[in-house]
Formats: sequence, structure tokens, C-alpha cells
Amino acid sequence: MTIEYALYLGCTVPVRGMNYEMSARKVAERLKIELVDVDGFSCCGFPAKPLDWQAGLLMAARNLALAEAQGLDILTLCSACTGTLTEANQRLKEDAELRAWANEQLADMSHVYKGTVRVRHFARMLYEEVGVERLRETVTVSLADFKFALHYGCHYLKPSHLYDGFDDPENPQSLDRLVEATGAHVVRYEDESQCCGGGILGFDEKTALLLTKQKLDHVTAAQADAMVLICPFCSIMYEANQRRVEKLYETEYKLPVLYYPQILGLAMGFSLEDVGIKLNRVKPRKLIKFASRQVGK
Amino acid sequence: MSDEETIIDASTFDPHFRDEIAAEPGGEHIRRCFSCSTCTAGCPVAGVTDKYNPRRIIHMALLGMREQVLTSDFVWLCSVCYTCYERCPQDVRIPELMNAIRNIAVREGHIPSTFTVQMEKLREHGRLYEIDDYENERRAEYNLPPIHEEKTAVQQILNKTCPETCAEKEEEEA
Repeated sequence: MTIEYALYLGCTVPVRGMNYEMSARKVAERLKIELVDVDGFSCCGFPAKPLDWQAGLLMAARNLALAEAQGLDILTLCSACTGTLTEANQRLKEDAELRAWANEQLADMSHVYKGTVRVRHFARMLYEEVGVERLRETVTVSLADFKFALHYGCHYLKPSHLYDGFDDPENPQSLDRLVEATGAHVVRYEDESQCCGGGILGFDEKTALLLTKQKLDHVTAAQADAMVLICPFCSIMYEANQRRVEKLYETEYKLPVLYYPQILGLAMGFSLEDVGIKLNRVKPRKLIKFASRQVGK
Repeated sequence: MSDEETIIDASTFDPHFRDEIAAEPGGEHIRRCFSCSTCTAGCPVAGVTDKYNPRRIIHMALLGMREQVLTSDFVWLCSVCYTCYERCPQDVRIPELMNAIRNIAVREGHIPSTFTVQMEKLREHGRLYEIDDYENERRAEYNLPPIHEEKTAVQQILNKTCPETCAEKEEEEA
């Protein structure tokens, strides 16, 4: 059976997380999941919500309506988009009055929201719809030599009432199982569920980067080969801002930060180029060396 | 601290502030708070700075310290991680409550510049990052399909919902 989804990229992934997008597309193709690019998607509405909840809700509703018009469920890569679209979908489905209001507004733009599609994060889709067993069967290159520290991020799990309890927000398991399917080991570290700080980066950079620093310290102490995550903004905090944290605090991490589909892709036999490793700012040297050796085999 | 700094003048309280917040989507559960501080104990931001203390903000709001709550920086320091949302025994839904207070603050003209900049980007590009020929050429190098900006619809939505507060206010004042 082919699974088909509208791929919702959001703002950050298509510009600053192309390695995430490339690897997710490769992995999906291998798993026979068809990703449809829908023209007209905009920002999900997350940045508008703190200023005007109606603006945020309508932006989300419009994106949902676009997927509905194609008869496709939405697949997301960014966890904040996942939360925003899922929340709007739930509110509009449950509240007939709000739905009527939203449709009145959307009518000018020739959109209709009916409430017929679901929103799924890429990792949740792999965990629930493909399943860990089937993923394991697709692995041709075991990553057993690697120890990864996982960062679930906040909006993938919370608020949990949006996500039908598919994973436990205080003690999540899904990403652990997905990473283990590649043969890699998961290392535990202090304060694993801590937020990346991305939500306040624009408002109070110093405080945001202090949160980032704490996690980089904890992961480094656990001697992980890399961090593995599933949200572009978490990646910006830990990877793109890593040099800034190093300068601010006169320290050095050189901690590689990888998107989950990148390691899954490598385990499926895709090349470093296929999964966009070139775009990782902190070079995962051990992984590059390992994957280069696989080519000759 | 001196008495002058710590003593609160109750005559300035707005007893209706809690109702105003409760009427705002997201703020409905504010009256449920019994000040247990579970939110603050697990808050990642409160863990690294004294500037943010959700329990304190809720308490100030319940007392009716309207002006202080709306003009202060602290409601903007919630990172919206939902840790407290999961743990609050009274289901106060604190990140949503902070957004409700932010919405009220914005309507009164208290909007941090970082958010104004984001709204301008949304108006210009329909998204937070521009995608033009340069970005699409880069995407093509990595075999990724082009993306077209959808700014008209986003502008329409912002004009309908918050033409005054979201982005244009500064220009009018200038």
C-alpha cells in the first residue's frame, strides 16, 4: 500500500534545513511514501499566535484547507508547525462556531476548511505507520559503532492532548526506537527533555543561548558521537548557534548535530551526498569516515 | 530592596483584569491557579534567569496588576515549551495563558520589536524566510523543487485580523 502525504515544509526547513528535507525525501521514497508538494502553503501561523490568535488560526486553517482540497493528510518536518497545525485543526473541528467564522474569512480567498485531514510529524509517521520492524528491515548498513544523544524537542510531544497520547511527554520512547532501528546506541544524559530555547531567541538571545549551552554541556559529558533531532529550530539552536555559544562561553564542543532522516538514510545505504551531510555545519567526522568506507564494500 | 520597591499599592489594582484575561482565548483557566509553583519549578527559562517566573506573573495578574503585567518584558520570556502545561495540577494551561496576555498587551501597543520584524517578514514573503530566485537556485543544486512565496493570502489574513497591531503601527507613528 502506498502512503501519500502533502509535505508541509514551513519557513525554516526549505531555506535553513535543506539537509533535513533532502534526507526525509530520500527515506520516504525508499519506504514508498509519496510526498506531494502543494503549491500555496505559507507560514503555519506559529509566529502570529502570540500577537493575534485569530491571525495565527486563520493562517493554519488556510494551509489545512489547501491540503484538504487535494484530499491529502499533512506531513510535517518542523515540530512547531506540527503543533500549530494540529492545534488549529483540533480547535476548528471541535468548535462549530469558530469553524463558521474561519470559513467566512477564508471565503474571500476561495478556501474552505472542512476538517477532513490529519497532521503528522515525519517521525511519528515512521513510528506509527511504517513501524520500527519494517524500518529495521530496510537497514543495510548498521550504525552499531555510534552512540547518539537524542533531543525530542518540545512541540513533537507537547501539549500531549494534541497528539492522542502516542508517546509519553515525560519519558518519550518513539525516537529512541527509531534510532535503535538503525543499529545505533542511544546514550542517556542529564535533563534530556530540556527546551532548546529557540522560542525566546529573538527576544532574549542571552537567556536562549544559555539554555542551548546547558544541553551542549550535558550531551558532551555523555560522550555522544552526535546529537540527533527532528526539528529545524532545535537544530538552529544546537548546530547553527554552536559557534556563538562556544565564543560566548569560551569553550569548544565540535558536537555534530544530525537530523534523524539523515542517519536513517545512511543506514538504508544512501550516500553522504544523498542525505545532505555537506550542509551540516559541524562536520560529523566519524560518520563521514564510516560512510566513506562503506562505499568500497 | 527598600520598602518602596517591594510594597504594592493595592489601590492601583484592576479587579477586572482576571476576567479580561479569562475572556481571552487561552486565558480561560487563570482563576484555577492555586499558586503551587509547579510551573516555575520545572520551567527551563526560570531555571536560568530570575527575569521569568510564571507563578509570579499569574499571581500579579490575579491581583489585578494590569499595567505592570502588560508593560513588562516577562510575558514574552515564555519559551512555549509546554512543560508546565503538562504538569500543572490545575490545568491552567500557562503557555496559552501567556499568549492570551500577550494578545491583550499587543492590542494596547506593547509589542516587542522582534515580533514586529517577524510580522513584516510574513507580510513581505508569506513566511519567515524569503524564498526568491537565489534560494530556489540553491534548492535546485540539491535537487529540491522550487517554492513560490504566498504573500497575498497572508497579507489578506493579517489585514482582516490585526491591521493595526501587527506590523503597521510603527509606520503610522513615524
